[in-house]
Amino acid sequence: MNFDYTFHWRPVIRKLPELLEASLVTLQISVLSMIIGIGIGLVLALLRMGGPKYLSWIATAWVETARNTPALFQLFFFSFGLGAFGLHLTPYFIVLAGLSFNNAGYLAENFRGGFQAVPDTQMRAARSLGMSATQAYTRIIIPQVFRIVYHPMTNQLVWAVLMSSLAMIVGFRELAGETQAQAFKTFRIFEYFAVTALIYYVMVKMILGISRLLSWRLFRY
Amino acid sequence: MNDSIAFFSGFGPKDLWILAQAAWQTLLISALSISGGTVVGIFFGWILSESKVVGAITIGFILDAFRSIPLIIQLVLFYNLFNVIGLAVSPFMAGVIILGVYTSALVASVARGGIESVGTPMRRAGRSLGLSYFQTMRHVVWPIGLRAVFPSWVGVALGVLKDSALVSVLGHPELLKVARDLITRTQQPLLVLAVAGAFYFALSFPISRYAAHLERKWQS
Repeated sequence: MNFDYTFHWRPVIRKLPELLEASLVTLQISVLSMIIGIGIGLVLALLRMGGPKYLSWIATAWVETARNTPALFQLFFFSFGLGAFGLHLTPYFIVLAGLSFNNAGYLAENFRGGFQAVPDTQMRAARSLGMSATQAYTRIIIPQVFRIVYHPMTNQLVWAVLMSSLAMIVGFRELAGETQAQAFKTFRIFEYFAVTALIYYVMVKMILGISRLLSWRLFRY
Repeated sequence: MNDSIAFFSGFGPKDLWILAQAAWQTLLISALSISGGTVVGIFFGWILSESKVVGAITIGFILDAFRSIPLIIQLVLFYNLFNVIGLAVSPFMAGVIILGVYTSALVASVARGGIESVGTPMRRAGRSLGLSYFQTMRHVVWPIGLRAVFPSWVGVALGVLKDSALVSVLGHPELLKVARDLITRTQQPLLVLAVAGAFYFALSFPISRYAAHLERKWQS
């Protein structure tokens, strides 16, 4: 074993602003895909619990595909697969669609578990106190479900940030993609990816920290 | 028309065989890294559960980092590190090692949960019956803890099976890499992706079925 490699950190430090800017793109696309995923995930969960037969079948297929195939496979579907229909999305939308598809599938199961964990008696008690169905949902059921799915949702956001690094393979320049582009320009691959790993670590820790602070504020009672 | 000159050619039965071989590579990478990672992960989990302080300052931080950095970054980073220190490692070996370490980080927290799910009174009872520390571990903690966290372990294993797709960034011909190459050649993305997806299903479905069967067996 011969060690004849000298580390050059300077090119990486010089490109640090670009990397940090790219990490904002990562955060943006992850949060956006979470918002879309929550919306679709809620619909999927409600459809699976009691929708028309064919719609609940579609929801089940969506959830099972999202959970049982690699995320990269899903990204390929949105890039090559839709290309077969003559639908060529920009890399940004490929990644956003892939992440949202995946998030929706995982979140749907979390939401379903959350809804099933709130006993029916809660609903009946609220109704017997004179609340309308909407009032009972918004004041009794949803707050309890939210409390149950809060931590799984935080985890899913962390997963979305980690998953967004797959964008590197379909050529979108968020943090991982930008790192790859810069690294292969200078051949300082190890140095660039070491710094990027650190940035990802800090991002994940920040998300978890903020989520913990928020949960103190949200669940005081 | 000479077949070898044709640049694009349709998806044929031969390609199905190529994909099957790639699926075998995926299975091989996953099986090696899951089994290796599980053994090491259980050991790490044992350290974490036995001593909070020692565990946290030695491996706790590192394992946490492995869970907080995207696997694809880890793969590129460590594959290049192997090159930097002059270690000639094939993409396959590098993939297995890195995926194995990643698995061990995930299994460590599962194993720790399993050990901690067996209450101290239960372990004290074992010790007071005259069992040694390791006998208590083997005959009390292991069977009870295993049943508690087996579903989470299956979840980790299935996750690693899917994550093995990322070894393609190192250039090893596993299922998704080969599928991508076939798409470029055949220009039939939907068909190739459907077949690749079917292979992933065929790999993961028996595992989850067998796990459910085991859980039912243990419950009775």
